[in-house]
Amino acid sequence: MIRVAVQPAAIDVGSELDLHDAGGHGASASFIGRVRGDGGLAELFLEHHPVMTEAGLGDLAHAAADRWQLAALTLIHRVGAMAPGDTIVLVLASSPHRSEALAACEFLIDRLKTDVMLWKRETFGDGRVTWVEARAGDEVRAERWG
Amino acid sequence: MALTISYFAWVRERMGVADEVAELPADVADLTALLAWLAARDARGALAFAEPQRIRAAIDGVMMGPGAPLVGAREVALFPPVTGG
Repeated sequence: MIRVAVQPAAIDVGSELDLHDAGGHGASASFIGRVRGDGGLAELFLEHHPVMTEAGLGDLAHAAADRWQLAALTLIHRVGAMAPGDTIVLVLASSPHRSEALAACEFLIDRLKTDVMLWKRETFGDGRVTWVEARAGDEVRAERWG
Repeated sequence: MALTISYFAWVRERMGVADEVAELPADVADLTALLAWLAARDARGALAFAEPQRIRAAIDGVMMGPGAPLVGAREVALFPPVTGG
């Protein structure tokens, strides 16, 4: 089962995990990305493309399913305005075996950072607003997967 | 050729619009030429596309490199490198 979503609503990690695990899998790996409150951050806004963002997540999920033996995949990205501590992204990958679940989970978050149409804008407590710059290190990590 | 162009993140802010339908001159045949044409068209374009190496693009929903041809394209999205996750 592959579940992909782009949503402005808060990600409910507990209920997503229940839904994901409903099939009863041998091994489930997870990645949860949260908003950091560095430097007096007041709000993080995630801009997305109305069609291509979800399509990009779907492409990545199918690439992972082609590459590893997976029983279930959940890939959810939040968009819009968020506060420090909020969950931005949830990746769940399940397989009969832990190595496949862990590898698929890492692949998905690495490639998501470079391949999917999402842009972060930070607003700080003192009123500064900046668009986050892409990091060269993210490109290197994504390219490891070929 | 009429082309729908959509902008995202700081490219959208600098252009002042989320999308437009542009009538391209015949010699604007690929993405590189499109960015140069937008940069030369007005002050907003000059601001948004001063550094074309910082711009990424998708043609009809598919990510494309700088030299990609516009032949047959209906919609082009222009945006900075992505920063999700």
